[in-house]
Amino acid sequence: MRQSLVPRRFIQVIDYEKCQRCKRCVQACGFRALSFEGRVQPDAEQECVACHYCVAHCPEEAITIIDNPLEYRPHDSWTSDIIMQTTRQAETAGVLLSGMGNDRPWGVLWDRLCLDACQVTNPPIDPLREPMELRTYLGRKPDAVEIKVGPEGKPVLATQMPPQLRLDTPVIFAPMSFGSISLNAQKSLAMAARELGTYWSTGEGGLHPDLYEYADRAIIQCASGRFGVHEDYLKAGAAVEIKIGQGAKPGIGGHLPGAKVTAAIAETRGIPEGSDALSPAPHHDIYSIEDLRQLIYALKEATEYRVPVSVKIAAVHNVAAIASGIVRAGADIVYIDGFRGGTGAATTVIRNNLGIPIEIAIAAVDQRLREEGIRNQASLIAAGSIRNSADLTKALTLGADAVAVGTAALIALGCHLCQQCHTGNCSWGICTQRPELVRRLDPAWGAERVANLIRGWTEELKEILGALGVNAVESLRGSRDRLRAVGLDDKTREILDVKAAGE
Amino acid sequence: MLFRSKYNERDRGACGLFGWMSRKGRRQNGEGVIEAIANMHERGNGLGGGFAAYGIYPEWRDHYCFHVMYGNEEAKDRTEDLLGQRFEVAHQEEIPHQPHPAITNEPLLWRYFLNSRSLAEGVDTQEYVVSAVMDINAGIHEACVFSSGKNMGAFKAVGYPEDVGKFFMLDQYEAYIWTAHARFPTNSQAWWGGAHPFCLLDFSVVHNGEISSYGINRRYLETFGYKCTLFTDTEVMVYLFDLLVRKHRLPLEVACDVLAAPFWKDIDAEVDEEQKALRTALRQVYASAMVNGPFAIILGFGNGMLGLNDRIKLRPMVAAENGDELYISSEEAAIHVLCAEPERVWMPKAGQPVVGYLEDGA
Amino acid sequence: MSEIIETTSGSAPEIDNEGLARIDARGIHYRRLNELVREVVRRGARRIEIVNVNGQRYIAVGLQEKVRVDIHGVPGNDLAAFCDGAEVVVHNNAQDAVGNTLNSGRVIVHGDAGDVIGYGMRGGEIFVRGDVGYRVGIHMKEEPRRKPLLVVGGTAADFLGEYQAGGRLVVLGLTDSARRGTVVGDYCGTGMHGGALYLRGQVDPSHIATKFVALSEANEATLADLKPILKQFCELFDYDLDRILDERFWVVQPFSHKPFAGGYAANP
Repeated sequence: MRQSLVPRRFIQVIDYEKCQRCKRCVQACGFRALSFEGRVQPDAEQECVACHYCVAHCPEEAITIIDNPLEYRPHDSWTSDIIMQTTRQAETAGVLLSGMGNDRPWGVLWDRLCLDACQVTNPPIDPLREPMELRTYLGRKPDAVEIKVGPEGKPVLATQMPPQLRLDTPVIFAPMSFGSISLNAQKSLAMAARELGTYWSTGEGGLHPDLYEYADRAIIQCASGRFGVHEDYLKAGAAVEIKIGQGAKPGIGGHLPGAKVTAAIAETRGIPEGSDALSPAPHHDIYSIEDLRQLIYALKEATEYRVPVSVKIAAVHNVAAIASGIVRAGADIVYIDGFRGGTGAATTVIRNNLGIPIEIAIAAVDQRLREEGIRNQASLIAAGSIRNSADLTKALTLGADAVAVGTAALIALGCHLCQQCHTGNCSWGICTQRPELVRRLDPAWGAERVANLIRGWTEELKEILGALGVNAVESLRGSRDRLRAVGLDDKTREILDVKAAGE
Repeated sequence: MLFRSKYNERDRGACGLFGWMSRKGRRQNGEGVIEAIANMHERGNGLGGGFAAYGIYPEWRDHYCFHVMYGNEEAKDRTEDLLGQRFEVAHQEEIPHQPHPAITNEPLLWRYFLNSRSLAEGVDTQEYVVSAVMDINAGIHEACVFSSGKNMGAFKAVGYPEDVGKFFMLDQYEAYIWTAHARFPTNSQAWWGGAHPFCLLDFSVVHNGEISSYGINRRYLETFGYKCTLFTDTEVMVYLFDLLVRKHRLPLEVACDVLAAPFWKDIDAEVDEEQKALRTALRQVYASAMVNGPFAIILGFGNGMLGLNDRIKLRPMVAAENGDELYISSEEAAIHVLCAEPERVWMPKAGQPVVGYLEDGA
Repeated sequence: MSEIIETTSGSAPEIDNEGLARIDARGIHYRRLNELVREVVRRGARRIEIVNVNGQRYIAVGLQEKVRVDIHGVPGNDLAAFCDGAEVVVHNNAQDAVGNTLNSGRVIVHGDAGDVIGYGMRGGEIFVRGDVGYRVGIHMKEEPRRKPLLVVGGTAADFLGEYQAGGRLVVLGLTDSARRGTVVGDYCGTGMHGGALYLRGQVDPSHIATKFVALSEANEATLADLKPILKQFCELFDYDLDRILDERFWVVQPFSHKPFAGGYAANP
């Protein structure tokens, strides 16, 4: 008999005509939501989360997962979600936790923006046959190039260029720590980054010894918990990033429960096995912008100015001013994570209600940096639910230099967005530290799938650039006159600096 | 509305270009150039024609000459107030023109020879002049400074260039560089301010093509204080040259490497490490200044003339030399109007400028 | 002033006993000029000589009669576009888009020609003695009974034979510009998926779109195939065949007739 008054969300339907009772599904379910008592059936206690691992692996295709058809009496404000959340809290007195990004119907502004295309006055370009350049450099650029006269009167570069990250396609992988995801998942991303000529990010959990060989493609994070942060770690990466915040939980620290802190995680993070890994909400050495400058330069000194320093923040109301301060504090890259960004675990109410969408944030930041004449001083990364090449292209068009993808890469690894990352039961071996589950994810297989996804996006981005008649991505970046809005209010369009369709 | 398009949108279009210069500084009147551009009549549609001429005001060679069009007397009064406050106006007069049946709705056309020598020490004269131009064009309704260099001037109107040339009586001017433009805007709204050339200080640009990267080029320029008030691609091109060459002091040829940037594959293959470093830095720093999409331009710059194509040569351009003369044209036939048998005729390569400089002492 | 059709030559010219008509194009708008051409063809002219041409577009567009048109002066763009049987000979340079979508017949240019020559050629022949510009021979195609041919005596700039789907493109590198560099510019044969492209002289392999095509030295059999074409070129422009053969020839051929098959996936 179930203890909870919260009904099951999903029901596993077994086609007993097809089922051969191999029990593979019973063993496969990370959530232990299937039992075998003479035949396969939903477990009496544990609930299906619709991760589809059993569906994908049943040799007889005998399993179907359906929404529990149980209906609440319809109510526009007291939706079934809210009733269930209320009930759960009444039962537990707990703070509700969620995995992945904001699932509320806020609307996706990307889907209200149309891209332009060339007709007659300027020609589209065939990306399959003509050169199409996506190479992107992240890092601080001077406002002007200085030239001196070299031998034979040739112009020669006199400017000392700051360090740059070279991306062969304007997509990097979002920071996801070892702890929030498995080592095999991290390794998949690391291998894919190398394959694609782009970068992955350690997240805040340090760099496992096995992954040092991919450190040249890694952005090394330094977060408030300072897990695994030491000089060798800082020096190993292609860039260093100060994590201030995350789109899914702005203003909130992190908590990797001790249950997930395995020996390997403990070693990588430099903490005892089984102990909670707590990331403070603020960096306690950063209570103001000048303190950020202090840390930025501490990291630049530690890395001898050889790599760019990035600062990652959540998109919040005042994001434009904050980003401006970050650039003036010396950051070479500003990473902005919108409120639909994913997470391994976040307080549901925070995830669903704090912060602002990335579309608005990237537009406001790019514009503000331009108005202040400091746009060249830092590159902008947009993140927070970049779902496909359309979102990618629109983010670039609004002014981002590159985007970071987390959720999409996890989907490539098998994730079905069941949003139970915080439980650590991920059947796909991604968001779990249970060895029997982690083993399921082969990094070589994962890397290939992730690389395939980004290759597909890359080709699609080229196709869009071609339709727009430009053969280099920088000619689209910030070119907001190539966007039009459908169904957005005037103020939003003003902030996005995008005309209405037909204008 | 004389100067602003009714629609607050960018003009775009295809066009015909012609340029002539004498490297020895020998001057000739505008008749021949009018004939040459008229030979490419088909490239325009009568919605804009114009000329830039260098060396036409030798008696005022040390003065900045503003060519200004006004939609009404009030705009003229306000502009003249501003000019009077900021400059010593050495001479002013109406720009001579004669009635022409094909040229209608003409604005008030005036020119001013401005002395900037009275400026306080430490003030960058050119910057001072540029800000006056920006302030008038952005701030005074129905006023448009359409050229602002020394010993040069632009002449432009709504109409076919051959008619515009006659309207402005260009046979009365002698110049060592002439550039000309026949306009074919996609936007059917004709407005005087939208005709080419576009000028700032000694730079003048006539342009064929549409800049597909206009949006970012414009936003990039705005961070440096340029006000893109005319909503045309070509305005952006002039300001980019002004930024790169005057403000950032890049040699003209290097500026062309920014505008029509070489491909990464070619930069990567460069064996000269110093050139590779320079070109890499140029693309990194000036990514937003790359002009993408089809274009051919002729730039006049006081002591020379430059032709440039986009990086994959999507617009036509032919060059020719005869003695000390350099010709640049959208079509070879137009060159033959002025010069039956040039010594050399060639098709410039994509992204590689053709430059003619005045000889020393010319 | 807009759209004035100049009619300086009032009546159409005489046709002599040999079927030759002479037209003076000085100051004539292209529309009138083409009217005159069509008129003398209707009246039985077999040869038309047009003098003082300078920039008039569309000369001989769509001519289906087997006549010869000699042009003195620089003709304008779209010379002999859609032409379907006539022979058009230019005794000077030509501009852009010569032989646009040529169907049949022959175009001979004794000087250089501009960009986009022979775009989408379906048949017929184009011979250029000098250099040509960008995007020449793009999307030349062929059918069982039609096989277009484009021969360039000098050099070709970038994107030669882009999308080529059939027919033959020959670049001989016989001009000064070939001595200064390579015979063909960058991105040669990009997207090529049919036909063949022949290059004589110095080729930079990095300019050949090896994602789509193979570059190899021409063998005896290939040269034998080419010989009639080269002979024709020599006759037209007074070259010595042995001199032309005294240099290496390269063949560019596509790997596949459907090079883009692999890049797509079905939307689930």
